[in-house]
Amino acid sequence: MYQTTYHRASSVDEAVSLFGKSSEAKFLAGGQTLLPVMKQRLASPSDVIDLGKIKELQGVELSGDVLTIKAGTIYYDIMQNADVKKAIPAIAYLTSVLGDPAVRYRGTIGGSIANNDPAADFPAALLALGATVKTNKRSITADDFFKGLFTTALEDGEIITAVSFPVPAKAGYEKMRHPASRFALTGVFVAKTKSGEVRVAATGASQSGVMRVPAIEAALKANWSPAAIDGVSISASNLLADIHGTAEYRANLIKVMAQRAVTAAG
Amino acid sequence: MSTVKLTVNGKAVAVDVEDRTLLVHLLRDHLNLTGTHVGCDTSQCGACVVHMDGKAVKSCTMLAGQADGASVTTIEGIAKGDELHPMQAAFRDNHGLQCGYCTPGMIMSAIDIVHRHGDQLDETTVRHELEGNICRCTGYHNIVKAVLDAAGRMKVSQAAE
Repeated sequence: MYQTTYHRASSVDEAVSLFGKSSEAKFLAGGQTLLPVMKQRLASPSDVIDLGKIKELQGVELSGDVLTIKAGTIYYDIMQNADVKKAIPAIAYLTSVLGDPAVRYRGTIGGSIANNDPAADFPAALLALGATVKTNKRSITADDFFKGLFTTALEDGEIITAVSFPVPAKAGYEKMRHPASRFALTGVFVAKTKSGEVRVAATGASQSGVMRVPAIEAALKANWSPAAIDGVSISASNLLADIHGTAEYRANLIKVMAQRAVTAAG
Repeated sequence: MSTVKLTVNGKAVAVDVEDRTLLVHLLRDHLNLTGTHVGCDTSQCGACVVHMDGKAVKSCTMLAGQADGASVTTIEGIAKGDELHPMQAAFRDNHGLQCGYCTPGMIMSAIDIVHRHGDQLDETTVRHELEGNICRCTGYHNIVKAVLDAAGRMKVSQAAE
């Protein structure tokens, strides 16, 4: 790892002020992605500003039909939270298959979506559930937030404070886990809103990062069942291909994971 | 450079380290606690697992500064004098180690697993929960046996306290 200067912020305002005083700072949440990237010398921030001890970024709230998870909440606390389990159990499940127990004690929802790894789990949940990302400056819909590989709508010095999820009628998530990294070789989140809209998002599949899958959405809108996806054809163009799987393999995985997710959603 | 103040195995320490120092290097290079290992250095193998404020974390994926003010327990801190921790004793009795490289991380993760699951612990759960720890001797069978054995022993030893 290259040299860096570590700061611990005690409030969002302090973190923003520290960011403004640094030349090339990075915010550090749980560090489960940023630190590995720094160790590989793929990132070399002049300063890291630790958001991990900021109390206002911790916690989960269920208010009517909206579940709000503050950005600094660790995966383990999301997975165990009674309101999450009650309102959107698919999120509790997604968190339980994310990383491993040690990673779940450190990683946070805000860190995951700010990084927007093309194979991360939470971007799929946000996109499928039509969530809203709250920052210290504004609210951004999930549709506008994810801008492609490792890219988001966040501006320099902007900090995610929370994510709000409308509670859906039904939701499910399934993924094919990479056996070593636990990242999604492909994962699919399916959701049916209380107004009957169907949204489906796939992660780990596209070269452009998390994406909606309109063909599966249309099939499920007509008939919410795994069988409805049988006849859907997914194009392999623009899908990821690497030593772990070809684009055609991932195209098929999108269908299979979507079917399993619908089964899980009930 | 910064001074990181933390409690390690019950003792308060203050260590001057470069800001880029990882917690595992503070433990190994500055405190000579070399029981905590670096296996993969990519957050996957779990040889570096220690407890921070009672939770099993990968010390190669934390800056030392993030542990400032925390209480850290390493493999060196779990025995009571000459008496092995029940998890260590169970690993020995069940031949839960071969080359031993992964063992400190396995034991620290396993204690955390027992703390979280208690009586609910079964073989499937142990195998699922140990997925962040890799044994390159592939000795998982006896490791799982040891964890299940230790779960019973830890219950007995807690009841005796």
